[in-house]
Amino acid sequence: MTTILGLPLPVLLGQLLLGLINGSFYALLSLGLAVIFGMLQVVNFVHGALYMLGAFAAYLLLHYAGIGYWPALVLAPLIVAALGVLIERLLLRRLHGLDPLYGLLLTFGLSLILEGLFRDAFGTSGQVYAPPTALAGGVNLGFMFMPVYRGWVVVASLVVCLATWIVIERTKFGAYLRAATENATLVQAFGVNVPVLLTLTYALGAGLAGLAGVLAAPVYQVSPLMGQHLIIVVFAVVVIGGMGSIMGAVAAGYLLGILEGFTKVFYPEASNIVVFVIMAVVLLIRPAGLFGKE
Amino acid sequence: MKGTATGFKRALRISLLSAIAAAPAMAQEASDGVVKIGILNDQSGVYADFGGKWSVEAAKMAAEDFGGEVLGVPVQIIDADHQNKPDIASNIARQWYDTEQVDAIMELTTSSVALAVQGLSKEKGKIDIVVGAATTKLTGDQCSPYGFHWAYNTRSLAVGTGGALVEAGGDTWFFLTADYAFGYQLEKDTGDVVKAKGGKVLGSVRHPLSTTDFSSFLLQAQASGAKVIGLANAGLDTNNAIKQASEFGIVQGGQRLAALLFTLAEVHGLGLDAAQGLTLTEGYYWDLDDDNRAFAERFMKRTGRMPNMIQAGTYSAVTQYLKAVKAAGTDATEAVAKGLHEMPVDDFFGKGGKVQPTGRMVHDMYLFEVKKPDESTKDWDYYKLISTIPGDEAYGPPSPDCKTGQ
Repeated sequence: MTTILGLPLPVLLGQLLLGLINGSFYALLSLGLAVIFGMLQVVNFVHGALYMLGAFAAYLLLHYAGIGYWPALVLAPLIVAALGVLIERLLLRRLHGLDPLYGLLLTFGLSLILEGLFRDAFGTSGQVYAPPTALAGGVNLGFMFMPVYRGWVVVASLVVCLATWIVIERTKFGAYLRAATENATLVQAFGVNVPVLLTLTYALGAGLAGLAGVLAAPVYQVSPLMGQHLIIVVFAVVVIGGMGSIMGAVAAGYLLGILEGFTKVFYPEASNIVVFVIMAVVLLIRPAGLFGKE
Repeated sequence: MKGTATGFKRALRISLLSAIAAAPAMAQEASDGVVKIGILNDQSGVYADFGGKWSVEAAKMAAEDFGGEVLGVPVQIIDADHQNKPDIASNIARQWYDTEQVDAIMELTTSSVALAVQGLSKEKGKIDIVVGAATTKLTGDQCSPYGFHWAYNTRSLAVGTGGALVEAGGDTWFFLTADYAFGYQLEKDTGDVVKAKGGKVLGSVRHPLSTTDFSSFLLQAQASGAKVIGLANAGLDTNNAIKQASEFGIVQGGQRLAALLFTLAEVHGLGLDAAQGLTLTEGYYWDLDDDNRAFAERFMKRTGRMPNMIQAGTYSAVTQYLKAVKAAGTDATEAVAKGLHEMPVDDFFGKGGKVQPTGRMVHDMYLFEVKKPDESTKDWDYYKLISTIPGDEAYGPPSPDCKTGQ
C-alpha cells in the first residue's frame, strides 16, 4: 500500500475529505463575518449564536410546525436574517461611527444572552436532528465510508460561497455595497439608500450563519453551545484570510479545515490550537492576512 | 390506664424539654450558626446536563428533606459554575472556605477540577465529597483524609462496561480518549480490565475536551480494525462521537462502540434511535425500584427531568454529610470525617453502601443496555438491567496508593 509520511494513502485521503467538510462550515461562517466586517466595520461576535439559532430554528420548525429539512433550509436562514435586521436596526445602528470595540462588546453581550436563553430552555446535551431521508446513509468510496449528507454540505457550501462572491463582485447591488464601504457619503449623494444597504448586508451575513446552522444540525447535536465552540476558530480564520476579504475568508476556511484535519492524525492533542498557531504566524509575517490589502 | 397515659405524656414533655434545653448547647458546636454546603460543578459547558444545576437542585432537596436544619442551625446550599477549569474552581473554593464559611464542597464534576479542589480542601482541613468526577486518583495517590468519592469511578465503569464487552467477544480495543486526567485514567483502567480478561488494546487517540467533530478520530479508530471502540470521554463529547460513528457506518462495519461513561442525561440528549443497544454502567436508575422511583418523581416535578447517578448521588452525599454532622454533634471536620468513614450508607442511592478508609464509597453498580425505541413504553424509559455488579467487585479493595487514609 502506498504510504505518505508513514500513513496509508486511503487514510490520508479520508482525512483530506473530512478537512474539506469542516472547512465548509468555517468558510460559510467566516464568509458572513467578512462581509459584515468589510461593509459595516462590525466585529460580529454574535455570529456563533446566529449559527446556533439557525440550527435551533430548523429543529423547532420540525418539532412544532412539522416543517422538514428542505423548507427549513430556506426558512431558517430567513428567520435568522430577520433577527439580523432587528439587531442592526435597533442596536448596531446606534453604534455606527464609534470605535469598533463598542460593536464587539454589544454583539458579544448579545451572544451570551441568546446562548443563555437557549441553555435555560434546552439544556446543553443537545437535541437530535435527523438528516433528510434523501441524504441519509453513505457510500463506500474505497478509501473511506462517506456519509452522503457530508458530501452535500461540501457542495452546498461551495455553491453558496460562490453565489455570495458573485453577488458582491458582479452585481449592481454588490457594486453599491462596495462603493458604500469606500465612501458612504458620496454613494448616498448619488441617491443610494446607504442605511438600508447596511441593514441588508448585516441580514445577509446573519442569514449565511443561519444557513450554516441548518447545514450543521444533522451533523452535530443541536446545542446552545455549538456556536460558542466555533466562533473563536472562525474569527481566527477571518484574521488569517484577511479581515474583510471575502475571497480570503473562503479560501482560509477550507485551508484551515484541511490543516486541522491532518493535525488530528499527526498530533491530535494540538488539533484545537493549530488554527491559532497559524494565526499567530500569519500575523507576524503578513499582518493584513493572507488575502488582505495593506 | 389514665396513669400510664399521664406518665407517658410527662416523659414526653421532659424529653422534649431536655431536647430544647440541649439544643442551644449543641448549636454552639455548629460553627458560625449555619451549615453551608457548596455545590461546585460545570453549569454551562459539556457536563451541564451530566450534573449541572440539576445537581444543585438535588442538593437542595436533600437539605429540605433533612428538615432544612441540623444541630439547630439552618443548612444552606450555595453553588457556582467552575467552567471545567481547575484554576477557576480553586479560586471559588478558596473564597468559599476563607470568607463564606462553607463547611464542605461537593459534586465537583471533571476530574482535573476535583483533584485540584480536593488538594485545596485537604490543605484547609475541609471536607469534600466528589460525586461527578471519575478518576480513581481521588481515593488513590491523591486521596485526602477529609475527601470522599461518592457515585462511581473509572474502575467501576471499566469493570462494568469493559468486562461485559470482553466477555461478549470484544477482545480487541481502540480508545478515543478525552485529553485530560479523567480520560487517561478511564482508558488505563479499562485497558487493564481488557488485558486481564485476555483482550488486547490496539491503540488510542486523544482528543481535546469539548470536540465537536470526531470524524477524523473515528476514521483512525475504524482503520485500527479493533472490535471495540472505547469512548473514554463523557457528556456532550460522547454524544457527538456516537452520533458521528453511526454516520460513518462504524457500527454497520462490524465494530462495536463502548460508551464508558454514559448516563441517563446523555441517553436522553442523544435519543433512543442513536443510543439503542449501547451497554453502559451506572450507579442509579430511576425505574429500578420503588425507592428510586419515589425520589425520581419528586425530582422530575422540580426539574422536568429524571435524575442520573450524579444528581441522585449528590442527594445521597448531602444527606450522608448531614447525618454525619448530626451524629457527631458538631460540624468540625475531623469528627464529621470520622462519621462519614464509619457510618454505613443507607438511602435509596447507596443501599448497603460503605466507605473505605480511602474515602471511596462502595455500593452496587448496574450494567444496563439502552432500549430500542419500540421497547420504551413511557418518557425516560431507557434502560434494561443486564446485571448488578456487587460493590466490592466494582470498586475493588482500598487503593494501596492512598497513604493518608486512616
